[in-house]
Amino acid sequence: MSKPKVAFYWCASCGGCEETVVDLAEDILGVVEKVDICLWPVAMDFKYKDIEAMADKSIVATLLNGAIRTSEQEELAVLLRRKSQYLIAYGACAQLGGIPALANQFPREQILRFNYEECPALDNPGKVRPQVSLQDNGRNPHLPEFRNVVRTLDQVVDVDYYIPGCPPTPALTRAAFDALLSGNLPPKGSVIAPDVALCDECDRKATKPTNVAFTEFVRPHQKLADPELCFLAQGMVCMGPATRSGCGAACTSGNMPCTGCFGPTSRVRDQGAKILSSLCANIEAKDEAGINETLRGIPDPVGTFYRYGLAKSLLRRRVDLNMTGGGH
Amino acid sequence: MAKQEQEVRIGFYVCHCGTNIAAMVDCPEVAQFVGTLPGVVLSKDYKYMCSDPGQELIQQDIREHRLNRVVVASCSPLLHEPTFRSATEKGGLNQFYFHMVNIREHDSWVHTDRAEATSKAKALAQAAVHRVAHHKPLETKRVSINPTTLVVGAGIAGIHAAMTIANSGKKVILVEREPTIGGHMAKFDKTFPTLDCAACILTPKMSDVGSHENIQVLSYSEVTKVDGFVGNYTVTVKRKPRYIDEEACIGCQDCIPACVFKQPKFADEFNEGLGKRRPVYIPFPQATPQIVAIDPNTCLNFKKGEDGGRVVSDKCKKTCVEACGDKNAIDFTQVERIEEYEVGSVIVATGFQTFDARRAPAYGYGRFPNVYTSLEIERLVNASGPTGGHVVMRDGKSEPRSVGIIHCVGSRDKKTNVWCSRVCCMYSMKLAHLLKEHTGAEIYNFYIDVRTPGKGYEEFYNKLLDEGVHFIRGRVGEVTDWAMTPDEEGKLVIRVEDTLAGYVRRIPVDMVVLATGLEPQQDAQDVRRMFNMSCGSEGFFLERHPKLAPVNTFNDGIYIAGACQGPKDIPDTVAQAGAAAAEVLALIDKGFVEQEPNTAFILEDECSGCKSCIPLCPYTAILFDEGKGRAYINEALCKGCGTCVGSCPSGSIVQNLFDDEEIFSEIEGVLAYE
Repeated sequence: MSKPKVAFYWCASCGGCEETVVDLAEDILGVVEKVDICLWPVAMDFKYKDIEAMADKSIVATLLNGAIRTSEQEELAVLLRRKSQYLIAYGACAQLGGIPALANQFPREQILRFNYEECPALDNPGKVRPQVSLQDNGRNPHLPEFRNVVRTLDQVVDVDYYIPGCPPTPALTRAAFDALLSGNLPPKGSVIAPDVALCDECDRKATKPTNVAFTEFVRPHQKLADPELCFLAQGMVCMGPATRSGCGAACTSGNMPCTGCFGPTSRVRDQGAKILSSLCANIEAKDEAGINETLRGIPDPVGTFYRYGLAKSLLRRRVDLNMTGGGH
Repeated sequence: MAKQEQEVRIGFYVCHCGTNIAAMVDCPEVAQFVGTLPGVVLSKDYKYMCSDPGQELIQQDIREHRLNRVVVASCSPLLHEPTFRSATEKGGLNQFYFHMVNIREHDSWVHTDRAEATSKAKALAQAAVHRVAHHKPLETKRVSINPTTLVVGAGIAGIHAAMTIANSGKKVILVEREPTIGGHMAKFDKTFPTLDCAACILTPKMSDVGSHENIQVLSYSEVTKVDGFVGNYTVTVKRKPRYIDEEACIGCQDCIPACVFKQPKFADEFNEGLGKRRPVYIPFPQATPQIVAIDPNTCLNFKKGEDGGRVVSDKCKKTCVEACGDKNAIDFTQVERIEEYEVGSVIVATGFQTFDARRAPAYGYGRFPNVYTSLEIERLVNASGPTGGHVVMRDGKSEPRSVGIIHCVGSRDKKTNVWCSRVCCMYSMKLAHLLKEHTGAEIYNFYIDVRTPGKGYEEFYNKLLDEGVHFIRGRVGEVTDWAMTPDEEGKLVIRVEDTLAGYVRRIPVDMVVLATGLEPQQDAQDVRRMFNMSCGSEGFFLERHPKLAPVNTFNDGIYIAGACQGPKDIPDTVAQAGAAAAEVLALIDKGFVEQEPNTAFILEDECSGCKSCIPLCPYTAILFDEGKGRAYINEALCKGCGTCVGSCPSGSIVQNLFDDEEIFSEIEGVLAYE
């Protein structure tokens, strides 16, 4: 009997999630012992037609990282869904939209114009933009279409499980493989991580005062953080209270506040709104001018509170952007 | 908890409320639409759902059609939620399987387009149908009632309420911010229409209050904080220093004439500044408690401190202390004290303030010495007033030969206060009578309408007409000292359009009395917030229902009485105070309250212990368990405001009746309606 097949695929992502798989280090040998990796573009060469040729559901599990921005990513997501028994959104971008989804604040046209015409580091005198299709000396090359918005994987296809993180930790990845291979799986739709907020596993928890009463907010580069005191008590936005634990409090142990990459707990629909509601209610000033003054320390609220979760949040995108379509 | 897998069977009822709803909402159409929604087993419209047959209909349908959810679209839940919950319960269901939609106050009463209003009713009904499917069975809980009552404000309303409750054997704490109880009524000379002497009927009541074994009077004190909930309030009271040991002072008042100020020198607040007092004083002879007070702003033994407040200077000879002798009641070291009291219910009877006549500059108050406010005249005609009841003008000797009384100053006026102050017509006529009696002067009343809706009031008006008091119908334009004829020299001239005679008149008088209206106290908004009450647009405290719950507020256990609820005369005030006392006694006698189970609770396994919620709770109901590293909510203190629920960053606080499933499905329901 052949070993079960597993696929790794990447969409709109930075490659960090692939690193985590590599970070399994020698543990990857244990994985490979039990499964065949049938698709892993970052490490091995495959063609689309190879996947198309596979029988439906012949892959036990596909771990797909990255958000969905282009037509190609969408096609592959649909294809891999069809070929896989379990489709797993791997990492913050696939689960929540991640950093790429911050682009949902801007129209497609503005993004293209900046990147191909206005960016100061650009050398593109003809202002050439990528074309979906081009006739060139009898050849007809195609490029994927750049969609209006960034979507999470589950906004495109049905997803079975989520492994959170930017990137997910090797420990969580290993735990997910163990669950898959043992067949001891949680209910469909689960995020494979604890469902308690980060404070629970943060070493600084005991140092958080009952009433933080924010008088100012500072960003990590503006202040040398105390290595033991709760970041909120130091006036630094820490997403910990609104973020799922399971990372081992990696950032706070490294003296950086949590930025929220594990996303909200299962009970929260909008991570940014939740932390906003909590932080703002704890601002010391009660008059509008005083509140505004305190909030000046957070110059980019969307980038702060929705750094990973914009596509999946209730805000999701600029209201004038259609969910699909290329805009040609 | 039983699994929610059971099939949802919703019964929906839309009430016509006579024509209140049916005139603007097509009720049969709403019923027909809701009948098509998933989970709805039956859908009916009915003329009066709150009637006995309406309630019976619900109970019968629950039994016959095995309903397990009930939705009624009718009036405000404030009015009939208890009615329908009870019907649901009688039908054999947990009462919280019921949900109410308000299509009267929120729809038919506020819209003018029948088609749009009908659509709105459908959307709201759809929201409720979506929501009710997620309802869970809940139990109300009983909380016992502390039998002690706090009465705030010791005017006639507070005094009467306190006496009524105390006479039934229950303890009362009566807080008054002035050095004496009595309020405005203590300043009045006579009361209309019977011309009883105000002091003769009030002061015995005051001393009864002062000596009542069940009443603790906290004079010269203010409530600063209220925590808790119906039956169990903790009230913080600020005791202002009067520099007199209340236990030691026997009320002999020997200290007053002994003061280093040989003559009274400072404006006497009780006499509206018409008389003078010393720094050590008692507001009036029958003041209760019979304890003097020292005013640190005028007493020589105090000086200005660094923070602007008054501090002891010890520069005075302190002849008052000598006079007090071994009673040792004078204590210059007194400071503000903060005390806490546990009470079960509260009657707010904080009264009114009179309109500041300077806000109507055309009438010259503050510019012309002989323009008076009505309250000043009350003191002037009062036998225990600054002149011993001798009506003389501000020069201290001349009696007025003619007096003009201007009604509606700061009432029924778009520029200041639009409401009718209800008492001014009557007290103006009372003052007219008294001034005429005291001086024999010609009295002119300038009125817009004479309003006499009270027992014996119209008769009193007729009596005044018989006495030869003049009534001129017209709002006065101005009071001026600019004489146009020799007759007017040295007089105040009242310019008015006499709307009955049809021409503009100039009436010279010696004295002008401004019948100032009643308005909310300066700090009414602070008091409102402290007791978690509502205010109407004019700033008077809002009763729960104008007809059926006139002394209740929207906060259970907090009642209102007297002019803090709106201008009213003494009989109405006393009636209201009695009603508030009855409400309190009913609560105490019942012994417990059923509390809405809309409280929040923390999911212990899911809480991360981030403490974000703790400082936000207005009722300090959230505590932190250091051992477990988790927060938890004291259910008895939770009022179900939802603040912590909204703010919990990990969504680990759930509120009964308002869990995410219920709220989101409700939103989806209303948005799903096209």
